[in-house]
Amino acid sequence: MSPQLVAQNLVFGLFVGSNYGLAAVGLSLVFGVLRVLNVAHGELLMVGGYVTFWLFTLTGLDPFLSALVCAPVLFVLGLALNYGLFGFVERLDEETKIKNSLLISFGLTLVIQNAAQALWSADERSVSSSLVAGGTVVMGIALPYTRLAGLILALLTIVALHQLLQRTYFGKAVRATAEDWEAASVAGIDVQRTYLITFALGAALAGVAGTLVSIQYSIAPAVGIAWTLKALVVVVLAGLGSIFGAFAAGLVLGIAEQISVFILGAAYREVVGLVLFLLVLVLRPQGLFGSRAR
Amino acid sequence: MATQPAVETERASGGVRRPRLWLVGSVVAVAILAVVPLLTDRRDLLNLLFLVYLAVCLGQSWNIIGGFAGQVNLGHAAFFGIGALVARNLWAVQGYPFSLAFLAGGLAAVAFAMVIGVPTFRLRGVYFAIGTLGVGEVLRLTTANALPLVSALPTDLVNTYDLASRYELALALAAASTLAAYVLLHSRLGLGILAVREDEEAAQATGVDALRHKLVALAISSLFAGLAGATFAYYHVSYYPELAFSPHWTFDAVLITFIGGLGTLIGPVVGAVFYVLVREQLAVTLVNVHQVIFGILFIVVVLALPGGLVDLSSRLCRKR
Repeated sequence: MSPQLVAQNLVFGLFVGSNYGLAAVGLSLVFGVLRVLNVAHGELLMVGGYVTFWLFTLTGLDPFLSALVCAPVLFVLGLALNYGLFGFVERLDEETKIKNSLLISFGLTLVIQNAAQALWSADERSVSSSLVAGGTVVMGIALPYTRLAGLILALLTIVALHQLLQRTYFGKAVRATAEDWEAASVAGIDVQRTYLITFALGAALAGVAGTLVSIQYSIAPAVGIAWTLKALVVVVLAGLGSIFGAFAAGLVLGIAEQISVFILGAAYREVVGLVLFLLVLVLRPQGLFGSRAR
Repeated sequence: MATQPAVETERASGGVRRPRLWLVGSVVAVAILAVVPLLTDRRDLLNLLFLVYLAVCLGQSWNIIGGFAGQVNLGHAAFFGIGALVARNLWAVQGYPFSLAFLAGGLAAVAFAMVIGVPTFRLRGVYFAIGTLGVGEVLRLTTANALPLVSALPTDLVNTYDLASRYELALALAAASTLAAYVLLHSRLGLGILAVREDEEAAQATGVDALRHKLVALAISSLFAGLAGATFAYYHVSYYPELAFSPHWTFDAVLITFIGGLGTLIGPVVGAVFYVLVREQLAVTLVNVHQVIFGILFIVVVLALPGGLVDLSSRLCRKR
């Protein structure tokens, strides 16, 4: 095993992992703030992928640029879902809220997936970017430009989210609500509005992730659940509610999968996430980057 | 017990008010259904009833963990699929007698359930839901990756195939799962499981070992899911092994339980009959869209009608 091959695998793991991380950040944000576990997150990602696909097919818009359209579209969809669906469970006590949000979003996966199949058929779709075709080789490591651009877009999104949460008044309200919604409410924060916008923000993040997935993989109505699962494993790996830890944990999962493919072959790559998930629960339930058990 | 309100005792007996009458009625109903293959050879009818029985078993088994123990299981398909995979392999490939393969399928499902249950039940909250969703999806993808695409029966088994024996097995399984739920509800163990659902801390404080009770509920639930999977493997002449792990088995089980009535004894039976009959109708007329309708119906039930059809009918009766 040459060091070059090892490095190539690690770099590829990083590329793959940036998608897992981005898919997980939105889920983690929504769970951390609303205590709503949205297992339809992967379905939102799938819808984002289709938005990219149709923009590319109908208008010829480069897929990387379509993230700028995808995010607002999914933001609006998120507003609608929170307003019409998840808003109903907001006031329940935490345990019931988590349980009901799981069930509602589980039903939602069925609705979105089958609606997508009826509207857009079960065919696998993919897009390609002409802006960043080709690739380069650095020190013997192949770096396809699409993957590199995907990684950069994911990083930019995370930095933007970080700035939003740390530097703005809205971000402060979100963090306060996540820590203690009752105290936040007493301090004059409109908790309901914060929930609404945070959920929509989570959906918009799923939309950007969907754009990246449609470029690097393919999109079909049934792909949602697999991405939900990746995101869930990453969220647990990071520690529930650790928003930026989720991105780092995504990179960890990507690299771990790549190593396992190298050792065990591609057929068993999906098992890695589950094994990591169980190991974390047994050894470090607060997650790799979480500070306290919730 | 005398001071308990009537609604509570009704709930503990699973929504059934006069248990003895119901018991006699159920035995008669099962006996009548058991002779159906002798009276008719309409394959469409037998196939439809087979699907109803399988749905009853799926619903009852999900209800034991989801309704009685209150743990949201999003990966019931994993246990169903493992049952199907192991039973099919032992019976059709290795040549063991089916009865042995059938039991092995159920026990394999229990073994997998414990692998997920032990680490996730030690923590509370969302871990069990994530773990079950994970094991279902990982098994589906891995089966698709690692196993041959189609599982077809060898010719000698095809030549001796007879639908009536599949029918009787599914009926027996539906009856057994319902009986198991009944016995569980009326046992000390079942009361402990219900107590854990209502308030885990309070249950612990009164000496109920919450972890053990949740694991027992999961074991019974996954056993029946695995046996249902084994029956599915016995029924189909050829199928994609991946299909037995498809998330739609989980959807079916959850939907049936909620539409019928979560945590009740007859809810899954009512839900299964309603679901299979309506689905067969809608699937013909609406093709893809019928699952969208069931998804919306499910969400409406969770939000607006948490007691399902059983609760709705008893409320309507009381009003009258």
